[in-house]
Amino acid sequence: MGNVVLMQGNEACVEGALAAGMRLYAGYPITPSTEIAEISSVRLPQEGGKFIQMEDEIASIACAIGASVAGVKAMTATSGPGFSLKQENLGYAALAEIPLVVVDVQRMGPSTGMPTFPSQGDMMMARWGTHGDHPVIALCPSSVKETYDLSIRAFNLSEKFRTPVLLMMDELVGHLREGMELPNPEEIEIIDRPTVKYPDPKRLPYHMKAGQLVPQMAPFGKGQRYNITGLIHDESGFPTNSTEEARKMMERLMHKISDNYDYIKDLATENMDDADIAIFCYGGTARAAKSAMDEARAKGLKVGIFRPRTIWPFPENELAEASRKLKKIVVAEHNFGQMLLEVQRVVKNNCPVSFVGKWNGGVITPSEILAKIEEA
Amino acid sequence: MVNRGDVKQKDKQMSNLVYKYMRPEHLPHIWCPGCGNGIIMRDVAQAIENLGLSRNNTIIVSGIGCSSRAAGYLDFNTIHTTHGRAIAFATGIKLANPSLEVIVIAGDGDISAIGGNHLIHAARRNIGITVIVMNNNIYGMTGGQYSPTTPKGAFGTTAPYGNLDRPFDIAGLAYGAGASFAARGSAYHVQQTINIIQEGIHHSGFSLIDVASVCPTYYGRKNKSGSAVDMLKWQRDNMIPAEKAAKMEPEELKGKLVLGILHQVQYKEFTYAYDQLIKRLYQEREENE
Amino acid sequence: MSKQELRLAGSGGQGVILATVVLAEAALLSGKYTAQSQAYGPEARGGSCKAETLISDTPIGFTKVQNPTFLMVLTQRSFDHYGPETDENCLILMESSLSVPEGTKASRIVSLPILETAKNVVGRIQTANIVAVGCINELLHITDDASMEKAVMMHIPKGTEKLNVKALEEGRNLVRRYLEENKA
Repeated sequence: MGNVVLMQGNEACVEGALAAGMRLYAGYPITPSTEIAEISSVRLPQEGGKFIQMEDEIASIACAIGASVAGVKAMTATSGPGFSLKQENLGYAALAEIPLVVVDVQRMGPSTGMPTFPSQGDMMMARWGTHGDHPVIALCPSSVKETYDLSIRAFNLSEKFRTPVLLMMDELVGHLREGMELPNPEEIEIIDRPTVKYPDPKRLPYHMKAGQLVPQMAPFGKGQRYNITGLIHDESGFPTNSTEEARKMMERLMHKISDNYDYIKDLATENMDDADIAIFCYGGTARAAKSAMDEARAKGLKVGIFRPRTIWPFPENELAEASRKLKKIVVAEHNFGQMLLEVQRVVKNNCPVSFVGKWNGGVITPSEILAKIEEA
Repeated sequence: MVNRGDVKQKDKQMSNLVYKYMRPEHLPHIWCPGCGNGIIMRDVAQAIENLGLSRNNTIIVSGIGCSSRAAGYLDFNTIHTTHGRAIAFATGIKLANPSLEVIVIAGDGDISAIGGNHLIHAARRNIGITVIVMNNNIYGMTGGQYSPTTPKGAFGTTAPYGNLDRPFDIAGLAYGAGASFAARGSAYHVQQTINIIQEGIHHSGFSLIDVASVCPTYYGRKNKSGSAVDMLKWQRDNMIPAEKAAKMEPEELKGKLVLGILHQVQYKEFTYAYDQLIKRLYQEREENE
Repeated sequence: MSKQELRLAGSGGQGVILATVVLAEAALLSGKYTAQSQAYGPEARGGSCKAETLISDTPIGFTKVQNPTFLMVLTQRSFDHYGPETDENCLILMESSLSVPEGTKASRIVSLPILETAKNVVGRIQTANIVAVGCINELLHITDDASMEKAVMMHIPKGTEKLNVKALEEGRNLVRRYLEENKA
């Protein structure tokens, strides 16, 4: 191993973000994501960036969007209660097409719940939390190294598609320390948002030439004077009440993600080639699944892991196809059954789906998953 | 300066302002006849003209409500954000690029109810943005509900028996929260308000200018305040210049509004302080290497 | 041993979490895979606190302790809670002022005056966690003494180096003396 360091998940999130080019963090203290703010406050000014502790969660995401509008890569992090408060401006960033990374280190809810205990109870809020239809990209890391890598990828996807990207962590990964090999900075792929080369006040900011994926407006202050709004707007950036323009805008927003699914998807499968039984899992739960799979394999059971790292958009076709060859899927997640609904919707009657959930603040153990695997 | 005696000259200057600082293709504006917001928007444009600010370097940030539409009419980098959040967005813009002139245009409900927390903390932080409040004492966009600046006893569609709340003095609120510049203008006092806005933009820290607007459509009708002209006349007759008010007894000031710069001090501006921190860390690192 | 599951428990403020971080760092320095995590209540001081370090020759799946191979307890409350969860193969290091709760099945229990040593021999009660780290490394041989010292240095505040080296040493000595005395 090269330059291996002991790092906490929350720290890896910050270091990955810095490597991706984050130069502003706006946040509000909340367990179990607080280390992300603390470490950002130390590291950002060292790198010429800025950290600000805002007055609340709403202000934090608004501030991050403001910075992004002015051309600076920005992030905010929170946990359940704060994620609820961020929903309003998540929709704003999605509609106005402002790149932004929002981290949710999930904890037991609802409400204040159990602040220091793990959960994955915000998965559906990640998809449907803000009002109105909107595109979503959400990533789930299951190790410290993956947190680093996906933090970078979250920025890259957000820049490429000009959309907020959610890094859906959980307490298990956020507070986990393990060894991680730091990559050589030159080897990290960094994507910057496309912007116009010659900012022109007359240019329509949301106008796109054929073949362009997203609008290419320049950061504020570069000479392209234009308007950004949370109202449905046409390519001039000004509000419109035209049903035709509204339809065009909504479809473009949704399709820029769905049409590029192959680029966005990130599926980590293990032993699926010969598997009869698959464990569907994501985030911190994958660690128990991995141990359960190893134990099952040692017993001669053909068990594999189907683990989306990109959880939204959901890997519908991949899961449907896999399910046709399976005798059973065991869904393991730290909630009352959220992604379970999505698995059931996609798998239909291809194979039975069983569920290992946890909603008491405890951690799903390998033996609990193994028991479901062995259940007839 | 505007030559009030020469109507032709005045018209010419007005149209210059419109063509230079506004987006004629988005005019006429949506504000009702007699609304004070148009006057205040023009005051902002005139102050910017007087200061010689670059259009490309000036950012207008607004929230939601009648006032927020100003961002769409002004030809700068403009961002129409979510209700109450304009100052928080503006904070991010200023942090990202402190060389930008960031101006927030907001309404009374926008800035002191749903956005009240952002207001007091931006004031405390002394971040170098200028907040101009179009204060019409009512929620106009939603049809006349009472706002945090509706006087006690006044009527709104949600205060059918008279408002039970006591109103905020927004300039006083900003001052109390630590704003280094707090002032009041009015739709009637055009020249004074332009000067105050100029001073506020020029001020390096956080500045707030609470500008008394008029809403004849909702506030005026609900409260039998008369026509728009009558409401402007009220401002003429009931606003006391700060210098004069300083010599008056509180009893004499009852029911009046004080006009002018109410408070101004110099503190270190937030983004300047942060840039100094970054420089210090760089220096320390160089010394250690 | 291919996989060690270490659980340290005490009350908040005793530095139990930092001790597990240092142990994980030491494991990493000796080329092992490791995973460190903790569980604690809302109190920064005084609440009960549990932290864990897994050490393995192979990549680690589940990151929590399932069946501790080692347990250290610094408070009676934590001993009462975690002692009975151990099986025969677990080695327990207990603060000597505590008593073994009923139902504790571990076959080997080492009782040492960790808190007393930190307070009176090292001179600061705050070093109890590093005294404990010294004890643990001497009992479990996670890494050599030099690497352990390096691991400690990576995680303590500047200016406390000497104090912590002494704490580490005193911890080591406690175990050495214990093993000497219990040879028979």
